[in-house]
Amino acid sequence: MPDSTLVRNITVCETLNFRGRFGVIQNFPAGEILLDADIYYCRELVFLCETLSGKRPKHRTMIMDSRTKDSPNSREVVGSGECHTEASSAQALSPGASAPDFCLHVTPDQTVSLKDFAGKILIIAFYPADWSPVCGDQMALYNEVLPEFHRHNAELVGISVDGVWCHLAFAKDRKLHFPLLADFEPKGAVAKAYHVYRDQDGICERALFVIDEQGKIIWTHVSPIGVNPGADGILNALEENDNKGEAAA
Amino acid sequence: MTQGSSLALAVGPRDHIQGDPDALVKLVEYGDYECPYCGEAYLVVKELQRRLGDDLCFVFRNFPLSNIHEHAQEAAEAAEAAATQQRFWEMHDYLYEHQNSLEAEDLVGYAKLLALDVRRFTEELVTHVHAERVREDFLSGVRSGVNGTPTFYINGVRHDGSFDIRSLLSAIQARSRNAA
Repeated sequence: MPDSTLVRNITVCETLNFRGRFGVIQNFPAGEILLDADIYYCRELVFLCETLSGKRPKHRTMIMDSRTKDSPNSREVVGSGECHTEASSAQALSPGASAPDFCLHVTPDQTVSLKDFAGKILIIAFYPADWSPVCGDQMALYNEVLPEFHRHNAELVGISVDGVWCHLAFAKDRKLHFPLLADFEPKGAVAKAYHVYRDQDGICERALFVIDEQGKIIWTHVSPIGVNPGADGILNALEENDNKGEAAA
Repeated sequence: MTQGSSLALAVGPRDHIQGDPDALVKLVEYGDYECPYCGEAYLVVKELQRRLGDDLCFVFRNFPLSNIHEHAQEAAEAAEAAATQQRFWEMHDYLYEHQNSLEAEDLVGYAKLLALDVRRFTEELVTHVHAERVREDFLSGVRSGVNGTPTFYINGVRHDGSFDIRSLLSAIQARSRNAA
């Protein structure tokens, strides 16, 4: 698996003739790579490969780094592993999917990656922009609810396409006690990996993910861009996860 | 959190209530004493109470965003301390009318003005006896989908529009029609 922070393109496993929600692909040759501009097809391609092979492809393996065109042909991986089916109306990665890895700057000389949270539950709050009114309210709220998240063994990170200096100024101004990660270069790559990038605007969706200790997404929510989703959905997901753990124990 | 979020904690004996608890319209506000928008909403609520009279029951719950409003938590505890001396609403109003003066000595000054037992009031503030109650309010708000301050609930359902008098009145009228 190539560097998954550069998740961008998909190698097509069969010649594609496909009409989907986001448009039509006609006679797209097998072995070719769908580029960034076609990113909206990703979710449908998972279904497509599943349909063609009768088996569940491993989604993350199908998505390949744009720099490694010689990555394993996705035909080889169709039929292996597991697939998230993204049944929700939003395109965001759904519960059950493995959380794509990331490695993003939190300060000019420090990075944070998914594996830094091994053994913890991770809440990722993708948001459109530092300083915008709704994002400010949302981050201020999470800042206050942070002790509740910690009570559930959960950590929180915020991710937007703003750069580190912007994040640092915003975090200082709002006295935020959790890290803001810069999905800055390549722009929005992590948001794209989680399928929550708004191509038309060049910003992240307002999207929430709760990822369990094993790196599996257990809850997803995409809010309308102007609506602050609050924290109740996150807390419900954390509680449900605790209850599952207790039931299993 | 989604549209139509509803109040997770029903209005009950623990609440600070103005008006008849069985009134046609129950308006619950989650507010922060240092938040300027809540300061605006304070006047809007007064106007609503004037217009709706006995048809309105108003409940205030604490939702201090203490990282961005450094005096909000202590102000909320001050209102609760006044409540133990049956003067919650007087303190609530005084705080909103003096939002820019919420230092500890200001709060004690307001307690004096309201003729509270100042020693008891100060002791309760210093020992944070009401911190837990304020946190309970806050968490009930989080569970109800409060996503900023002020957030209003009309008959248990979150009001997602703006909080100017016209928006609140029309939302209240729509809710009352639904209830009728």
